[in-house]
Amino acid sequence: MALLEIENLSVAFATSGGTFRAVDKLSLSVQSNDILAIVGESGSGKSVAMMAVMGLLPWTAKVTADKLNFNGIDLLNLNARMRKKVIGKDIAMIFQEPMSSLNPCFTVGFQLAEALRVHLGMNRAERRKRSIELLELVGIPAPEKRLSAFPHQLSGGMSQRVMIAMAISCNPKLLIADEPTTALDVTIQAQILDLLVSLQSETDMGLVLITHDMGVVAETADRVVVQYAGQKAEEQPVKKLFAEPHHPYTSALLAALPERATSQILPSIPGVVPGQFDRPKGCLFSPRCAYATDLCRTVEPKRAEAALGHALCHYPLVDGEPTKNQKVS
Amino acid sequence: MFGFLLKRFGLLIPTFLGVTLAAFSFVRILPGDPVLLMAGERGVTPERHAQLLEQFGFDRPLYVQYFDYLFSALRGDLGQSLVTKRPVWDEFFTLFPATFELSICAIIFALVIGLPIGMLAAIKRGTWFDQSLMGAALVGYSMPIFWWGLLLIILFSGTLGWTPVSGRISLLYYFPNVTGLMLVDSLLSGQKGAFASAVSHLILPTIVLGTIPLAVIARQTRSAMLEVLNEDYVRTARAKGLSAKRVIGVHALRNAMIPVITTIGLQVGVLMAGAILTETIFSWPGIGKWLIDSISRRDYPSVQGGLLMIAVIIMFVNLVVDLLYGLINPRIRHKG
Amino acid sequence: MTDQVISTDPEVNDAPQSGLASFWFYFSENKGAVVGLCFFVAICLIAVFADFVAPHAPNQQYRDFFLVPPVWQEGGSWQFILGTDAVGRDMLSRLIHGSRFSLFVGIIVVVGAVTVGVTIGLIVGYVGGALDTLVMRLMDIILAFPSLLLALVLVAVLGPSLTNAIIAIAIIQQPHYVRLTRAAVLGEREKDYVTAARLAGVGPIRLMFRTILPNCMAPLIVQAALSFSTAILDAAALGFLGMGAQPPTPEWGTMLAEAREFILRAWWVVTLPGLAILMTVLAINLMGDGLRDALDPKLKRS
Repeated sequence: MALLEIENLSVAFATSGGTFRAVDKLSLSVQSNDILAIVGESGSGKSVAMMAVMGLLPWTAKVTADKLNFNGIDLLNLNARMRKKVIGKDIAMIFQEPMSSLNPCFTVGFQLAEALRVHLGMNRAERRKRSIELLELVGIPAPEKRLSAFPHQLSGGMSQRVMIAMAISCNPKLLIADEPTTALDVTIQAQILDLLVSLQSETDMGLVLITHDMGVVAETADRVVVQYAGQKAEEQPVKKLFAEPHHPYTSALLAALPERATSQILPSIPGVVPGQFDRPKGCLFSPRCAYATDLCRTVEPKRAEAALGHALCHYPLVDGEPTKNQKVS
Repeated sequence: MFGFLLKRFGLLIPTFLGVTLAAFSFVRILPGDPVLLMAGERGVTPERHAQLLEQFGFDRPLYVQYFDYLFSALRGDLGQSLVTKRPVWDEFFTLFPATFELSICAIIFALVIGLPIGMLAAIKRGTWFDQSLMGAALVGYSMPIFWWGLLLIILFSGTLGWTPVSGRISLLYYFPNVTGLMLVDSLLSGQKGAFASAVSHLILPTIVLGTIPLAVIARQTRSAMLEVLNEDYVRTARAKGLSAKRVIGVHALRNAMIPVITTIGLQVGVLMAGAILTETIFSWPGIGKWLIDSISRRDYPSVQGGLLMIAVIIMFVNLVVDLLYGLINPRIRHKG
Repeated sequence: MTDQVISTDPEVNDAPQSGLASFWFYFSENKGAVVGLCFFVAICLIAVFADFVAPHAPNQQYRDFFLVPPVWQEGGSWQFILGTDAVGRDMLSRLIHGSRFSLFVGIIVVVGAVTVGVTIGLIVGYVGGALDTLVMRLMDIILAFPSLLLALVLVAVLGPSLTNAIIAIAIIQQPHYVRLTRAAVLGEREKDYVTAARLAGVGPIRLMFRTILPNCMAPLIVQAALSFSTAILDAAALGFLGMGAQPPTPEWGTMLAEAREFILRAWWVVTLPGLAILMTVLAINLMGDGLRDALDPKLKRS
């Protein structure tokens, strides 16, 4: 049984201009001891999907799914009391902005110990011992001193380490990392990623890594889900994805990597992810796709088979060229 | 922390000088002769005029008069009331406890009701519950409190006969003035019913004086809470699996209190202005009523002294609020 | 979370709204603000046409009709719809004429405080240096006193009258504008568009009023609404304390002061003037909230 199973998850926001679908029929699964990367540009709904798993979305969001199971528990129909026992204990999440994700009014020690008390019922001495242990684990020097520090006294990298320590404090089965390195210096980014990967391998937890950075994906992930405008564009093991992308969007993303540049000028994808008011008909990627035909612009594509990376495309790429043998259904 | 305190104290000095200058010049900017002005409509003989001029030192250069005034004020000498001939300082501090008691009750009333209202409205934002609470708060904020007091008197004292109309305590009770606070003194006296009488006299003035601060605090708490609820650290707290009560009551509230404390500090001025009206309506023997009486009796030394003392009290309270602010907001505290 | 995505395709984008249209869109979204605006306009019309609307002259004393209750109460008559006061003057007519004073106070105070405050703020913010420090200290001192107390003392010095009350209230209101304008000027002064204008040879006066000022209008407008209601409240309070408009002026606060002794005998002489103050102030504050929501993008509802 998969640790996290999502089938046809949709998240819609009620806005003043009507409903906006941030996530559109997303399906994915995570095994324990698995690192899944979700890749996409900003606005592609990758964070929103994981927030839905955590139940962190505002009340304006409407979450629907055929299946939203964690470890056999149906998260969709969980009451608040039961949810509290799972969220923060078995599923934990860290966020993009470590500096603002820690409460400025409380010490590191207070914030670390909070989950230990609520979920594990530890007493004061146990909490302190475990907190120091956790800070050591995430590589913070002089942990005893750090317990009484306030977040504004920590650097960004330190804050993210504290966030990670908080997240893994109850030995979660699944850790969701939402762009954990985006806000950090390049030198710190690698350290944090290494930390996450080593923690993951030591504890056998599942790790979902949300990122827009293909470089991060290549270094860390086992499997990759490419998300575009709330939809899953493609899903493949990481090596295969880099070897042969089947969705034109994936292909374009990879082509934009500096390491892969073949010409002097770095290729980019024209345009931006469609928003609430400019969703195209047919394939959502068609306005920006180099291979788009009239079919793409009018008819929504069907999902291709696993061999073609479940690509959501009329003409999945094979050897970098669109296949022309697909029939209109 | 100590450095912070010292710096904050240093900032007070120019304001204090300015306030004394303002209080000083208020009598002196008057067009015409200060002695004639103080004498009012009665007028004085030329001899008496010259004598008064010298007595008050009005014949000396202005800056000498100012420094004289400043150093006297620092020693606690605010001059003599023209009406009662008692030192203004003594008059002020005989009456101040009454105003202090009323203001404290009013601000507690405003906090105890205003904070929960603001929090509830923020949590239930957009609902009819939120809208009616905030509608009520805006009515309170727009309230002419002198009229509000009269309305309450009509209802509770007139129609229902529940509360007395004026004063601090029923004339049936007499006990020594220990602290000047009627609630405390009535308890100390041990007389049966004295405390209840003091409370019943306090209720309406407290409501009247507390209404605007209540409305301001409720509105400010709501907007601060709304802002904080959108912060990343609140999301973190929720992601930890904490109960909604703990997320709101601990993580959000502590941060939301930072701007609210500033607001509470600013209410002191509102309370002082409100005290003038409230005390007039309820014949409450405090400094508000004393000031109004002094103004209408043209008792300028009293007005001058009262003005200065109130400004100093407000400055002092703002200092305390700043210190509290540092206590609750670690980012300020550590800047030291 | 849901990043706002700006379309590059102009055809599918919403037609860009003009400033005024977008302002009205956000303002009219706030139902309370619209109600407040309607009420305020109604009061303005009543004030302007008071002579035609009021059934009686405001100071006309009907010797046979002392303390006549409103029409719906026993003893009331259609001749005096809201009853009469202790000297037989028609309450309704006095209330209608009273609206003139309140609005007049509000308008004069706001115009006076805005003109003086904004000018000082612009100059001080633009020039900076010792002048800036001196003026701002002065403003701090004015703000160190409770507004009503300072107004009271000023009126005591100047002599109690409506004009002096207006002057006093305007003086205690203008530091807010000085502060706001100065802060805005300091924020805008270093921006590129100001430098560009300066390089283009725009003189300091024009730079201050035509280039910088329009960019800090939003907080000023919101503050103006706030001052308007505060001014009405303070003027009424001064009137109530006998330091504002003097009897027999039908100013609402003064009317309340005159009615105090009848508080337990004739509820209408006490209740109605206060209600008029409350409704007017409430309407303006409702409008002010709407203005703030519509003008301040930071505070716009999510």
